Amino acid sequence: MKPSSLRFFLAAASFATLVAAWNTRSVASAANSGLPQWFRSDVYAELGKAPDKDKHRANPLENDPQAVAAGQILFQDRCSECHGEDAKGARKGPSLRAPEIQKATPGALFWVLTNGVVRRKMPSWSKLPEPQRWQLVRYLKSLGTD
Amino acid sequence: MTRVLLGLVFIAAMLSIYPCRPLEAQENPYFVTYDHNLEEPGSLEIEYFSTFGTQRGGNDFHAFWTEFEYGVNGWWTTELYLDGQTTFHDSTIFTGIKWENRFRPLKREHWINPVLYVEFAHKSDGDKTIKEGEGHDVEADFLTPNSELRKGIKNEVELKLILSSNFKGWNFSQNTLAAKNLANEPWEFGYALAASRPLALKASATRCRFCRQNFIVGAELYGGLGDRHNFGLNDTSHYLAAVGGWNLPSGWTFRLSPGFGLNDNSHKFLLRWGVSREISGFDQLLRRMFRGKS
Repeated sequence: MKPSSLRFFLAAASFATLVAAWNTRSVASAANSGLPQWFRSDVYAELGKAPDKDKHRANPLENDPQAVAAGQILFQDRCSECHGEDAKGARKGPSLRAPEIQKATPGALFWVLTNGVVRRKMPSWSKLPEPQRWQLVRYLKSLGTD
Repeated sequence: MTRVLLGLVFIAAMLSIYPCRPLEAQENPYFVTYDHNLEEPGSLEIEYFSTFGTQRGGNDFHAFWTEFEYGVNGWWTTELYLDGQTTFHDSTIFTGIKWENRFRPLKREHWINPVLYVEFAHKSDGDKTIKEGEGHDVEADFLTPNSELRKGIKNEVELKLILSSNFKGWNFSQNTLAAKNLANEPWEFGYALAASRPLALKASATRCRFCRQNFIVGAELYGGLGDRHNFGLNDTSHYLAAVGGWNLPSGWTFRLSPGFGLNDNSHKFLLRWGVSREISGFDQLLRRMFRGKS
């Protein structure tokens, strides 16, 4: 290996290690103390930021008998890592059975799924086709509160 | 370098069998074009890609690369690439390392979503991955034997503006590229356009491998646009490729793409394939490794 490529590789490896260490720190702090209240409030507050026209959108799959079951599979595959298998919250994501979520309109939930809460590490799920996001909304609304 | 390469391949193999939770991927099937979807925060995607290319007047080749793609947070994804190639009846060589970063500047989803891309590459002239159309790259450049190509080493910075939209299940993406060899070479330009759609938009109510929503098909068009002194289509190569992807519930994704050169400067045929696995909770795996508890 030439010295220049070795330097480049070492720089990249050092950078990756720093990133890993930073992420390890933030995950550990959440695990020790649960998600802080301000973090949960921040995420829930996003629901209130949905524009009116999005907030009042009706779920086109409201009467689809398969939607909840399909949404449950989508939830297990995409969301449970952060929000927990039972959606009661985990290290990275708050409970989705909280009143803030259950009282939100389907349109507001759809809007948050589409946009994510990028600054709080919730990705945008716009890569899922719209019907799949509505299926997720149906599942979330079927959970009820704790 | 071979030892470093083998070490990284070993790490990749270990990671892919480590009992992390695999995440069902919803990856687009593109090989060249980027869309605006970044890696999920804390997830690692390990990818292997191959390109078989025909060569008029010379030997056909098989270029290959491995990617380690990590979602640092919701607006930043970083990636490390290792590239190599085999030219038939010639030799196999390692062709370089790339470090790529993609940044999403806007918090919300828009009609058109921009992503900024910055890459640093340390590579030889033997790079045959054709991962992008760039400058005046043409088929004849690949006629030189590997023994000569590997001597030409360059450090290159590449910038891209990625614009992408999701509309009614379709993804439309457009990339504009500017690349500069840091050895006082002019800026070179290129483009990529792509569209894709899953075969079904609704998810199935039962878990399945062969459901239509797991298959995504589309097409991509890419090529060079010359350089700062000679901008345009003169002496540039262009390709049109069909792309297909199969996302499995176990976290694996398979991709296939036959591509065709659109002018005499292009390779007549490129066949690309790839496999990737997305591992969610990779940040927690690191935590266990560093702290020894979960």
